[in-house]
Amino acid sequence: MEIDKDLVAASATPLVLAILSEGQSYGYAIIKRVGEVSGGELEWTDGMVYPLLHRLERRGYVEAVWGQSETGRRRKYYRMTRSGAEHLDRQRRQWKLVDTALRGIWRMALEPIGQPV
Amino acid sequence: MSTESVLEERIGEWRQYFGKRQAIRSVDIEELEDHLRSQVEALRQAGLNEDEAFLVAIKRLGDQDSVSREFAHEYSERLWKQLVVSPGDGASSSPTAHRETVAAVGLATAAAVAFKIPELFGKHMSDDADMSFYVHNVTLFVLPFLAAFFALKRGMQRSAWYRLAIPFLAAGLIMNLLPFVVEGHTEILAAIHLPIALWLTIGVAYVGGLWRSHEQRMNFVRFSGEWFIYYVLIALGGGALVGITLFIFNAIGLNAESVVQQWVIPCGAVGGVLIAAWLVEFKQSVIESMAPVLTLLFTPLFAVLLLVFVAAMVWTGNVINMQREVLIGFDLLLVLVLGLLLYAISARDPQAPPGAFDRLRLLLVLCALIVDALALWAMVERTSEFGWTPNKTAALGLNMLLLVNLGWSAVLYALFLTKRAPFNRLERWQTAYLPAFGIWAWIVVAIFPLIFNYQ
Repeated sequence: MEIDKDLVAASATPLVLAILSEGQSYGYAIIKRVGEVSGGELEWTDGMVYPLLHRLERRGYVEAVWGQSETGRRRKYYRMTRSGAEHLDRQRRQWKLVDTALRGIWRMALEPIGQPV
Repeated sequence: MSTESVLEERIGEWRQYFGKRQAIRSVDIEELEDHLRSQVEALRQAGLNEDEAFLVAIKRLGDQDSVSREFAHEYSERLWKQLVVSPGDGASSSPTAHRETVAAVGLATAAAVAFKIPELFGKHMSDDADMSFYVHNVTLFVLPFLAAFFALKRGMQRSAWYRLAIPFLAAGLIMNLLPFVVEGHTEILAAIHLPIALWLTIGVAYVGGLWRSHEQRMNFVRFSGEWFIYYVLIALGGGALVGITLFIFNAIGLNAESVVQQWVIPCGAVGGVLIAAWLVEFKQSVIESMAPVLTLLFTPLFAVLLLVFVAAMVWTGNVINMQREVLIGFDLLLVLVLGLLLYAISARDPQAPPGAFDRLRLLLVLCALIVDALALWAMVERTSEFGWTPNKTAALGLNMLLLVNLGWSAVLYALFLTKRAPFNRLERWQTAYLPAFGIWAWIVVAIFPLIFNYQ
């Protein structure tokens, strides 16, 4: 399903932080994980994850270290920081609120979805 | 060719292409390359051949424009050419750059210390009687260090160092042994002209002894313009420093005036000369030159000003009232016009065909010549009233010097505009003329006192 650009942009930060809350990771693996958790529905332009990761690093939500891949290539790994975890927590509450509100209004106004009224 | 090396080649090309983006640094490319390679490996395992895998991986990475735009959005500072780059990133980390920095700061400190040494021998700047010592010698506390900086930087030989020292020694002897009348005209004139005279020596050091080369001379012209701009900027910063120092110490009831006057201002002014020179050298390839930009801005304005001025003279019939100080004002006008011309030339592509700005510049020079001719006319009429004072002679000499330069420049510019001479001739005329300014300055420093009896 095609998802609105603004929505992709807004959800990118919590998604990346949530993936990093599972443990340290790197750009390629993060993208793969996004594909997995969305059942392949959410596809990002791969290159865009890096500016995002760098922005999160600059704000102190993640830390980056250069390490090595299994094949010995230089690879940049990202790890969530404490303030990143706090930020994720705030984001989660905000998304939940939005989600609850949307569910409420949809139950009243639009249900049942997809069926002609 | 094996498939491995084909892939390597393609990745190499990709790297190179991406590397041209200003907002993307090499570490970022490394990170993206790891991504690209992981993707290619995964696609290969899924059964794609190398070519297909590479193409798909590149496609998924996104097009370079939007990715680099995203990077630029994140790292907006990278779009501004930064002079003070972080360690380990480019120019500033090289050992030569480090050595130069140390040399510049060391020589700036040395110049500042040298300027304060006479105090140990009882020469106080606050003392009116000693003031003339400083007026005579201020140049000699600064410029030798600047010459040394360039001699060091260009790796000049010992014999060249000795040759560079000769003008400074000569200047020292002239300024301190000639029996100048205190606060006489020739004394002041010599003090004013000495920096110009010795700037010639700085030029020789700057070009590493290759003073015959016209290209090198033009480089020195570029350096001088940028140096001036940087020095003015540093002076502005210094002014803010001084103002705030006085203010905050005043707030706690301490008077910092004497410290500021005797230490901060002189040491800063002296050291700033070297720091400005070092900055100009350091930023040369990093930041656009400012002087040509300023000339572009002010050439039309000055052209309009002079046109209106000439028109006003014609309209009202008023002639230039040749008071004593007026000639110096017209000298400054010519210096300014010459500067506008020179720095435009220094940045112009000599191969480019004549354009609108070239015509504008010729107009500017012609107007300046007309105005100056009228000023000289007014002066010649009244020379008998004033006689030949040192000041007037110096002003007139400089005026002649500039008039000759601009007059011939106008001819060469006209020839260029009518496609009868290459632009290069104008360039060469300017660089060939440079020593004339230095020689004239030496005449004012060394010969004027003799002619005018040290008055």
